[in-house]
Amino acid sequence: MSKPVIATTSLAGCFGCHMSILDIDEKILDLIELVEFNKSPIDDIKHFTKQCDIGLIEGGCCNSENIHVLREFREHCKILVSVGECAIMGGLPAFRNGIPVKECLREAYLLSPSVQANHEYIIPNDEDIPMILDKVYPCHEIVKIDYFLPGCPPRAELIWEALVALIKNRPMDLPYEVIKFD
Amino acid sequence: MVASVTSILEKYNKDKTRLMDILLEIQEAFGYISSEAVNEIARCCNISTVDVQQTISFYHFFTQKPTGKYTVYLNNSVVANMMGREQIKETFERETGTKFGQVSEDGLFGLFDTSCIGMNDQEPSAIINGKVFTNLTPFRVKELVRGMREGKDVEELMVEGYGDGNNGNKLVRSMVMNNIRRKGPILDDNYTPGIVIWKKLPTMTPEQVIAEVKASNIKGRGGAGFPTGLKWEFCRRAKGDRKFIFCNADEGEPGTFKDRVILTERPKLLFEGMVIAAYAVGATEGILYVRHEYKYLQKHLESILQGARERNLLGKDIGGIKGFNFDIRIQFGAGAYVCGEESALIESAEGKRGEPRDRPPFPVEKGYLDYPTVVNNVETLCAVVKVMLNGGEWYRSFGTQDSTGTKLLSVSGDCKYPGVYEVEWGFSVYDILGMVGATPDVQAVQVGGPSGTLLAPVEFRRILGYEDLATGGSIIIFGKHRDLLKDVVLNFTEFFIDESCGSCSTCRIMPVVLRNKLLKILNGKGVIKDIDDMLEWAKVLKASRCGLGQTAANPIVSSIKNFRHLYEQRVRMDTDFDSGFNLAESVKDYIEASGRVIVE
Repeated sequence: MSKPVIATTSLAGCFGCHMSILDIDEKILDLIELVEFNKSPIDDIKHFTKQCDIGLIEGGCCNSENIHVLREFREHCKILVSVGECAIMGGLPAFRNGIPVKECLREAYLLSPSVQANHEYIIPNDEDIPMILDKVYPCHEIVKIDYFLPGCPPRAELIWEALVALIKNRPMDLPYEVIKFD
Repeated sequence: MVASVTSILEKYNKDKTRLMDILLEIQEAFGYISSEAVNEIARCCNISTVDVQQTISFYHFFTQKPTGKYTVYLNNSVVANMMGREQIKETFERETGTKFGQVSEDGLFGLFDTSCIGMNDQEPSAIINGKVFTNLTPFRVKELVRGMREGKDVEELMVEGYGDGNNGNKLVRSMVMNNIRRKGPILDDNYTPGIVIWKKLPTMTPEQVIAEVKASNIKGRGGAGFPTGLKWEFCRRAKGDRKFIFCNADEGEPGTFKDRVILTERPKLLFEGMVIAAYAVGATEGILYVRHEYKYLQKHLESILQGARERNLLGKDIGGIKGFNFDIRIQFGAGAYVCGEESALIESAEGKRGEPRDRPPFPVEKGYLDYPTVVNNVETLCAVVKVMLNGGEWYRSFGTQDSTGTKLLSVSGDCKYPGVYEVEWGFSVYDILGMVGATPDVQAVQVGGPSGTLLAPVEFRRILGYEDLATGGSIIIFGKHRDLLKDVVLNFTEFFIDESCGSCSTCRIMPVVLRNKLLKILNGKGVIKDIDDMLEWAKVLKASRCGLGQTAANPIVSSIKNFRHLYEQRVRMDTDFDSGFNLAESVKDYIEASGRVIVE
């Protein structure tokens, strides 16, 4: 059997979950033996070059690009996993969800005391930048998600065990202790 | 106004740990807590205004704006809804010309929703200016509003007469009914207050008291079931210059009201239990923490305490025991379910937000003001008096091997005789249904309130006890005609959303996510996977710090487990995924705000 192919991405996240993947230390060598990476910040492949087995999603969706990438992942991956608080629940970025997006944009670009150089008084609207969504969405509200790996971030061993469980088709143990958020 | 705030502050020695009492008195005197009052409190107590505001904002019954000359808090528990709350709400809105959540323009009426006020056996009910109005009908509401327009006092509005027992007492004067349906050792009429303090305590050492309580094998009646004797022993051994006995009378679990009945009818028994606990652990101070909804019992309880002091059942050298000094004060809450959790209750009594503490250290080592503290349920302390009177051996003759003694049940919902039943542990759900006159077509029974279990008829043979269905005593019965998902599960889940203290992200967020999923299913947009997702995600709540968060998904989890078909009937079977997400719709606001030009 050929190696399972993995893709990863960070949407509206802090890259903390990716750091946690790297945190498996020397096991990363085992991981490379076990799997092949496709589109991922880890190997810096920008576009999918083939169909993948597992997609790991960090972060929720705060803009139109996140939606685009997430849908692309759904198309290219057999299994999608929401990794970490932001992907599952929206996380810190979702703090803005109680405030209308127009208000957020005005505060960030026009009214905030730290706004100094915005002489034209504009909210960024270049056609090349992603469009901000009305709120931050957890991934499963956009596409079908197959598994959820909790934590902020999920600990390295947890990500490792989840991957091994998926690849080897084994059930996975999520003990109470690993599910901690603060 | 500030002058009066100052006098309230002086009454409590400008002590920041008494902030709850200070705020309660200001709220009561002025109908709200103004920003001038906040500044004055902060200045006098030497804390920041934010410290004051964060406590105010935590509690439901503290407000920073006037709430109307007549402030109506209408219960929105499941049973209130079953008994016709919607009609009552509409009538209030129509008659006052005001919507719920608002104060009328002339400042006469303020209408607000509130979580279960402990009157499930006499719903629909409301608290109006601190007085409880039960069994409301649209006709009564019209009369009430008319009376309010005429400027009548709330006392005058209560024309139905007073409830049974001490509810008619001149210090209570409430229309609340006790509805005691079955008595056992705790509710037994044959009780001489103070008998254990006079006859037993002088002949026993504290260690012997603890040994007797241990011999009874009694466990905490709040629901968690920690052995009482062991708790006392831990506290006795803990080092501290001062020790405290807390009685937790913050019963906020929707559907529970047995503590209200004990506070009304057996307060002497309760206080005697606190004195016994104090003797056993070597405590000098006691605090009875009562939920705000029962504030109408304040004068009654205060007068009992005063009577006990006069009879040397409280105070110095209690019962003639040299050097045994102990007194009790009453601390009222201000509307927060989570304060029923013991460490949150302690935080609240210290004048702070009622957020549960991290444990360890447990309250028996570091509790109120960091001193060793025992927190016991009302019912536990009452039972202990009978244990001391008749012996642990006798107490063990009630109940089962693992669950000794009796339990007070608060029964409500679709049955003929809602009310309080004292039964031995070991009764099956089936036995209870027969006893309370439930209709034969019972669809489900909620045991233990929203944090408990929703049982289907196949499980009615299960028994109440720590070995099977551990419960704080709330039993709610649902007939065939009830929509369990919409009327029960959704209501319970919203209750947990409202009552989360917000400290742990899991409990702050996940119940909202689950509620949205449930709504998606109720709106016909759900798919089969949504049901399984809810089960999976609910596990995350285990990471919460306290029992409220850890059980917040129980309504959903136990209803999926026992009534999965009700969910499956409502989900779409033609697709395995439906997000309902619309990109164009969700970027509309951004496009408007930024003036972005969209090139197709």
